[in-house]
Amino acid sequence: MVRDVSFGQYFPGKSIIHRLDPRAKIIMFTAYLVIIFCTFNYISLAITTLFTVFYIGASGISPKFYFKSLKVIIFIVMITSLLNLFYGPGEPIWQWWVFKLTVNGINRALFVTVRIVCLILASSCLTFTTSPTELTDALERLMKPLNVIHFPVHEIAMMMSLALRFVPTLLEETDKIMQAQKARGADMDSGNLITKVKALIPILVPLFVSAFRRAYDIATAMECRCYRGGDGRTRMKSIHMVKRDVIAFLTLALIICGVILCNIFIPAVI
Amino acid sequence: MTPVLELKNLSFVYGQGTPFEKCAVDNVSLKINKGEFIGIIGHTGSGKSTLVQMLNGLIKPTDGQVLLDGEDIWTNPKEIRKIRFKVGMVFQYPEYQLFEETVYKDIAFGPTNMGKTGDDLDKSVIKAAEFAGVKPELLQKSPFDLSGGEKRRAAIAGVIAMDPEVLVLDEPTAGLDPMGREILLSQITQYHKERKNTILLVSHSMEDIARVADRIIVMNDSHLVMFDKTKEVFSHGDELRKIGLKIPQITSIMQQLKSDGFNVPSGILTVDEAFEVIVSLLKKEEKLW
Repeated sequence: MVRDVSFGQYFPGKSIIHRLDPRAKIIMFTAYLVIIFCTFNYISLAITTLFTVFYIGASGISPKFYFKSLKVIIFIVMITSLLNLFYGPGEPIWQWWVFKLTVNGINRALFVTVRIVCLILASSCLTFTTSPTELTDALERLMKPLNVIHFPVHEIAMMMSLALRFVPTLLEETDKIMQAQKARGADMDSGNLITKVKALIPILVPLFVSAFRRAYDIATAMECRCYRGGDGRTRMKSIHMVKRDVIAFLTLALIICGVILCNIFIPAVI
Repeated sequence: MTPVLELKNLSFVYGQGTPFEKCAVDNVSLKINKGEFIGIIGHTGSGKSTLVQMLNGLIKPTDGQVLLDGEDIWTNPKEIRKIRFKVGMVFQYPEYQLFEETVYKDIAFGPTNMGKTGDDLDKSVIKAAEFAGVKPELLQKSPFDLSGGEKRRAAIAGVIAMDPEVLVLDEPTAGLDPMGREILLSQITQYHKERKNTILLVSHSMEDIARVADRIIVMNDSHLVMFDKTKEVFSHGDELRKIGLKIPQITSIMQQLKSDGFNVPSGILTVDEAFEVIVSLLKKEEKLW
């Protein structure tokens, strides 16, 4: 049901990727995003794809879950690649009505597909191997310099981690309320758009009520434990960069160099 | 006579085909007769809730059948809503399902979904409110202004208003104070007496179950362990203890007396019964003197 979402889920584990510093992972992921869109020929595309596959393998999580996360975006991939396929510039090698197939179009379609798939795989790899707490912690640390311009880094990070923490809870709650209203004969599957939207009211109202109740509860619980903002707050688990993080950075640097060299010495195909 | 509800080799597996696969109900078969008051006990995670959710088609069994009045409820999946009107289901903490502007409108949600209108609707709402012990002056209030116990009763009224043949209550007294529990429980038994329908009550309170149930379903580790008359079930104290359950305190006291050589019958379920037995026992002793 609503709970069958594997994209964005965390799978606890002890692989090398799990143990990497979350900050390193975030920086590497960001750099990777840039790199994947700087591949202009098949060699560099292959290099980045291999890199992705290597990291996925090292994460020790069953490929099944990666495929599951790809399922969500399969339509986006198909539509974008089809558009690219038929609307590339250049000499058409095949034409029918408004559709014309060009070599360039085929290349573009391939690139777009591989790029999006790699992107999703990499972001899945990040969220699969990093717990939400680690992620927000790392973000807080990475954004710390923004404190200088009075950007409320800690508050934002705290809000993020609270929001993430309540995602499964609220999903479960939605499930329960849906069951209860269905038991009273609520019909959510039939009717036109307006009736369908109206059918959501019996679910949304109790959901909001309970979300507010939980928010009050957690606020009270936090105050009971003397939470008063981020100033001078220490952490139970402080994160340190170690050798394996450096090695990870080195592999990324290698890929970046590879892609740049490829772009210089091999002609671009798109 | 066909039983009102019959389960045939009913099984349910969560997340079938994934690594998180877990069997919640395993091969349960039983028959429930019309007008019976059935108690369901079992420790947390024994499959009680999953079992009752299959009774009105909220979840579809992975194997086996649920027969309502002799007919499989999944013969026509499109008509499953009709089954839900026949088998009313009150979830744990039902007050979290309240959503309308007034208590009246909330109780009317179920019957309206059934297609009731006008006087018919009004009658069923008023009647349900009365059965569940919702005071008439509360009907025009917002459900969010009620107290915890009142909310609970309003939510239960919302299910009773559909006038189901079978009413399933999943721990209706959880989280209420002793007084509230008492009132709610006697309201339910009163309702059962007047309506003469079938009630299934899931509870962790052996005392409550002992007081109201004719027969008891005991679940353990997704299996049906016992399904028998209340007295019979509670005379198996040791077996119940083994699966993390208890017998009512008064029953265990009487069993202790019996094993100490007093002439008391086994299967005493309520304090009142025990009182009678002990008084008559004392009288006999007096005569002997």
